[in-house]
Amino acid sequence: MSRRIRWSGAVLTVVVGGTLAGCGAPGGDAPQPEATSASLAAAPACGTAPVTLNAYIETGFPLPKELSTEFSKQHPNVKWNIREDQFAVITQNAPRVLADDPPDLMRLPQVSELVKNNLLKNLDGYAKAFGWDSWPASQLEQMRMAPGGKTRGEGSLYAMGLNFSMTGVFYNKKLAAKIGMSSPPATLAELDDALAKAKSAGIPPIAQFNGGATGGLAFPLQDLMAAYGPSGPINDWIYQKPGATIDTPSNLQATRHLEKWIKAGYFWKDVNAVDYATMMSRFIKGEGLFMFNGDWESGNLDKQMPGDVGFFLMPPVEQGGKQAAMSAPLTFGISSRAKNADCAAYFLNWVATDPKAREIGVKVGGSHPMGPADAPMPEVAKDTVTASTLAAGAKIAEDNGAMDFIANATGAIYAKSWTPQLQKLVAGQQNPEGLLKSVQSDYTTQVGGS
Amino acid sequence: MTRPTPDSAVDSPATRPGPAAVTRKRSSARAAGLRTPSWVGWLFVAPALGVYAVFVLRPIALTVQYSMYRWDGIGPSTWTGLGNYVRVFTDPDLFASILNAVKLIVFFSVIPVVLGLAIASTIRRIATSRLALVARTVLFLPQVIPLVAAGIAWSWLMSSTGLVNQLLTYAGLGGVARAWLGDFSTALPAVGVIGAWVLLGLCTILLLSGMSKIDPALYEAARMDGAGPLREFVSITVPSLRQEIGVCVTVTVIAALASFDIVYVSTQGGPGNATMVPGLEIYYLAFSERQVGMASALAVVLMVLVLLVALPIQWLTKDKSS
Repeated sequence: MSRRIRWSGAVLTVVVGGTLAGCGAPGGDAPQPEATSASLAAAPACGTAPVTLNAYIETGFPLPKELSTEFSKQHPNVKWNIREDQFAVITQNAPRVLADDPPDLMRLPQVSELVKNNLLKNLDGYAKAFGWDSWPASQLEQMRMAPGGKTRGEGSLYAMGLNFSMTGVFYNKKLAAKIGMSSPPATLAELDDALAKAKSAGIPPIAQFNGGATGGLAFPLQDLMAAYGPSGPINDWIYQKPGATIDTPSNLQATRHLEKWIKAGYFWKDVNAVDYATMMSRFIKGEGLFMFNGDWESGNLDKQMPGDVGFFLMPPVEQGGKQAAMSAPLTFGISSRAKNADCAAYFLNWVATDPKAREIGVKVGGSHPMGPADAPMPEVAKDTVTASTLAAGAKIAEDNGAMDFIANATGAIYAKSWTPQLQKLVAGQQNPEGLLKSVQSDYTTQVGGS
Repeated sequence: MTRPTPDSAVDSPATRPGPAAVTRKRSSARAAGLRTPSWVGWLFVAPALGVYAVFVLRPIALTVQYSMYRWDGIGPSTWTGLGNYVRVFTDPDLFASILNAVKLIVFFSVIPVVLGLAIASTIRRIATSRLALVARTVLFLPQVIPLVAAGIAWSWLMSSTGLVNQLLTYAGLGGVARAWLGDFSTALPAVGVIGAWVLLGLCTILLLSGMSKIDPALYEAARMDGAGPLREFVSITVPSLRQEIGVCVTVTVIAALASFDIVYVSTQGGPGNATMVPGLEIYYLAFSERQVGMASALAVVLMVLVLLVALPIQWLTKDKSS
């Protein structure tokens, strides 16, 4: 018997020992900080030797693949190894993938947490060599991080865009004609008027989603915020600049305005159960006059409802006032452990500067290409939504009104704060004051805590 | 229990057909002192034990360890002791998710077990008819369908223009029609209904197989004593099914407390956290918020909660006669 006990004891030791092996504090296997990227003697290129670029991209968006095909056509020595996933999967896996299986090019969520762990290559050297520094600063702002700090929007460059998207309001021209709306509203009051007319004509005024974990009412809310106040402080809040707050008097006015729309019944009654795909299919079926969304749908809407859709930027409170819009680059980064970083950087520069690449960017992506302000723009048919979203992009650049999305302020703020709070606002379980206070207090905990 | 169980009957020396030669050889080996050492048994267990240690025990131990750190999953971590556990119980959102899981027990356990008992005894009465076969198949179907597909189908059924509301409107109840999964007051019960639908079939089949083992003589005797169908059900069926009910309750309570897939597909925890459950919260904490320590702490709390609930059920429903 004692013998058996001894043996089971030994086995137990082995099992428990194996279980607890390597029981130090977790973490710390991240790459070491990289010295600020040294200035390059000459702009890098892909050379002539065969290269295989590893890319990790978002599924469902054909732009990166079309660009890679064209790139290989122009640079036959470059081959591609492309892996695709949904954006949510990429967001969740980004740190692990960048640490364990570093791609040369990767579609990225917000960069701050990745930079903190030294997972992304500092692109300052490339920016200097390729002259990205001379592009309009707002294009690259969202991908900059201050040294060592938490603040985004300034400092070194850690990612690049394939293009940059623009948000605003789409409208169904056929339904607009029914309420006598011949041109887009020029002020917020005119927009209110159109909404009221649609409601009394029995047309659902706004097509929007707010279900599940994605509160789509954040689109009209941020547009209203930028109509009532300047866009700068909103960006400061998103970039986590010290002392920034979302709970400001003008944002409160905006939230109250949104509540007014909710109470007036301008959104669908089941908006809290509608997801993005449902919103799109209902809008295309004509079940909504307006839709707050972005130009990534321009190409799709041009195809599905040719000639029937218009686009305008959120109108200002006073006629002729400055306009703002959420605008974000289609962010791609290079892993700090990438094997072919130079070739990947060359590709990113090629996307912004090669005429053929810019054309693909507009035709396939539907959004404004990156690059110098005076770079040639591809031709687009005049009466398309794509044409109006590109024109809107020019207006935003003029007003310096590009904002990041309030959902990107921290990793958790959208799912844990904006979405539940906006869903409660719809259900009448939260008021505008409480909504902003509660989001701000979550923000303070998250920013201070991480 | 004096009657030998089937296993022991088969294995008893009297029935073992082993050839005499083998028996002789074995006994001679034993006589020569070549007794099988006791560690040989451990050799047989070792592969399974190794897999169990690496894939079950090690992750549990690591989860417990991570739960005491603040860690983003990549960078360096800081020791926080029990700080994460304090937050699990003081953060109203996290604690509410645990409460939601407890509320789901009504739908995931009570309804399937009670309804399952009723349905199983009904099917048993018509056991020989083709209807019983059809009923069994239809009820068990949800177990075969992937939960994700079931969740999507149900979210269509319960949407504002879905079948549920169409039927309500048809019946003149258009006033109650709503987006069931998007309404604060109905979202959690609606998720519960999906769970009840999934688990009802499992419980029915388990209980039905248990019923087939009940000695028919018991029913005959009861009927002679003048017992009606209800009396038979209460006095014979339910007590005889003690163990099967125990299995049903255990499995379904764990399904309720550890629910993830149905909620993730149908509501993602919304609207406004109305259907947030610990399983989903752990996932969000670990993969969206990158708070691996907090997620681990909640996971440990959930594991302890499941054990606290499941162990007494096991003890209560144990067959006392054996």
